[in-house]
Amino acid sequence: MSKVLITGNEALAEAAVRAGCRRYFGYPITPQNEIPEYMSRRMPEVGGTFLQAESELAAINMVYGAAAVGERAMTSSSGPGISLMQEALSFIAASELPAVIVNVQRGGPGLGSISASQADYFQAVKGGGHGDYHLLVYAPSNLQEIVDLTIRAFDKADEYRTPVMILADGVLGQMMEPVEWPDITPKVFEKPWALTGAKDGEPGKVIRSLFMLPGEDGMLEQHNYRLREKYERMAAHEVMVEQMLMDDAEISVVAYGTAARIAKSAIAAARSEGIRVGLIRPITLFPFPEKAVAAAAAKVSRFLVTEMNLGQMVEDVRLAVNGKSPVAFYGRPGGAILAVNDIVKKIKEAAGKG
Amino acid sequence: MYQDLMIAGFGGQGVLLAGKLLAHAGMIEGKRVTWFPSYGAEIRGGTANCTVIISDREIGSPVVPQPSAMLILNDASFVKFESRIQPSGNLFLNTSLVMRPSSRGDIVRIEIKANDIAEELGDIRIANMVMLGAFLRKTGVVTLDSILNALKALLPPRRHSLLSLNERALKCGGDVCAA
Repeated sequence: MSKVLITGNEALAEAAVRAGCRRYFGYPITPQNEIPEYMSRRMPEVGGTFLQAESELAAINMVYGAAAVGERAMTSSSGPGISLMQEALSFIAASELPAVIVNVQRGGPGLGSISASQADYFQAVKGGGHGDYHLLVYAPSNLQEIVDLTIRAFDKADEYRTPVMILADGVLGQMMEPVEWPDITPKVFEKPWALTGAKDGEPGKVIRSLFMLPGEDGMLEQHNYRLREKYERMAAHEVMVEQMLMDDAEISVVAYGTAARIAKSAIAAARSEGIRVGLIRPITLFPFPEKAVAAAAAKVSRFLVTEMNLGQMVEDVRLAVNGKSPVAFYGRPGGAILAVNDIVKKIKEAAGKG
Repeated sequence: MYQDLMIAGFGGQGVLLAGKLLAHAGMIEGKRVTWFPSYGAEIRGGTANCTVIISDREIGSPVVPQPSAMLILNDASFVKFESRIQPSGNLFLNTSLVMRPSSRGDIVRIEIKANDIAEELGDIRIANMVMLGAFLRKTGVVTLDSILNALKALLPPRRHSLLSLNERALKCGGDVCAA
């Protein structure tokens, strides 16, 4: 198969089209503007809808509506815009509708900066909106993975009837790398719940996130248990993780996305100096690969978590390690890019060779 | 094999395109490549830059704090980036526009009057290819043929008449290094 050289944002958009996404709603924000730009050209070509909404709130609620009628729908934004979408994300999760939301992370809080960052881990993984819910969260680390995980995101959204987030960052969105388009036919899911009109005396259907109608005492509690069962199924079946050089590792670096790319270079450098260090790279952030981390905790003497923030995923690593080994953290916030040499230094410190 | 390169100039000098060509040529040769641009907050008349990495191994960060080679096409980029070149790295400098001496004694400075050469060839817009030609001759990271094939892939067919001009510019740039 031949490769194409393309930016991460465009690769993501094209992968969505190939996955059968036919409704895209968005509002501009750097560093993901190439996604709506690409969709504005591509959606009309495939008979789909591109709509630049008046705000991020409008865009995500349009996704909510398109999902409710059974369409494969997507929106994309960056931190500040994703914050605006949180109310509707909670509603979509509560209504059990499939949708794909892309966050090409930039530095925060506030308007922050346009540089790449991983400051939105908590928001993506721990809820973001109100109520007991989760998103299925994919964290690609290269452009081929952006393509493959975007396609997967649409399938999993339909399979679990859940909003799925692709958590990228400005580096992955803006950079170019060769990708191959997988040969796929979009999977078609039966959607008997979709609001397609009550024809020929069919009973009416309702999509809702409110559970307090008369006679419904305890309904919300049951609904929450049903959502929990769904998240438990995800934890059992959907965890994705890459482990590199872990067989003989004494130190395990844990990193995802762009930070993991940089960590790989640092690990290669540390290995060349005889330090036995490996990498655990979560590809799903929710569900978190806690079993892989817990298994490593029984073998390695130390963990080093590196993130482009002040320490967010490190909390999930510490939960999984459960006190069995020390967990160090190294990160840089505010859109600063981690340097290979600095990570090498931290690995050496962890190895007692600092 | 690993080669990184930053290309910097002002908007309109074709620094992003030169980087894309190099990355594309690397891909044609079956190598791992990344291309990363400055983005978003660029201002008209300000600097634009991109970083290209070509390697036969998995590439870590596409952003390089200290590149081993730099093509610098204008004065503002020289002031901004010269300090970041790796010690004993190669600085390819467009001395048609940058008159200053280097503040670094620990780098290799290769001077190319890229704008003058481009004007002699008949089109000042080809200065980026002159610079790229010098870099290719010095490092041999990809072949001239691969660059020309990349150019064919990136240029729409109606622009293919420009291929020979680009080829001449690449060769003239190379000749500066050969001399």
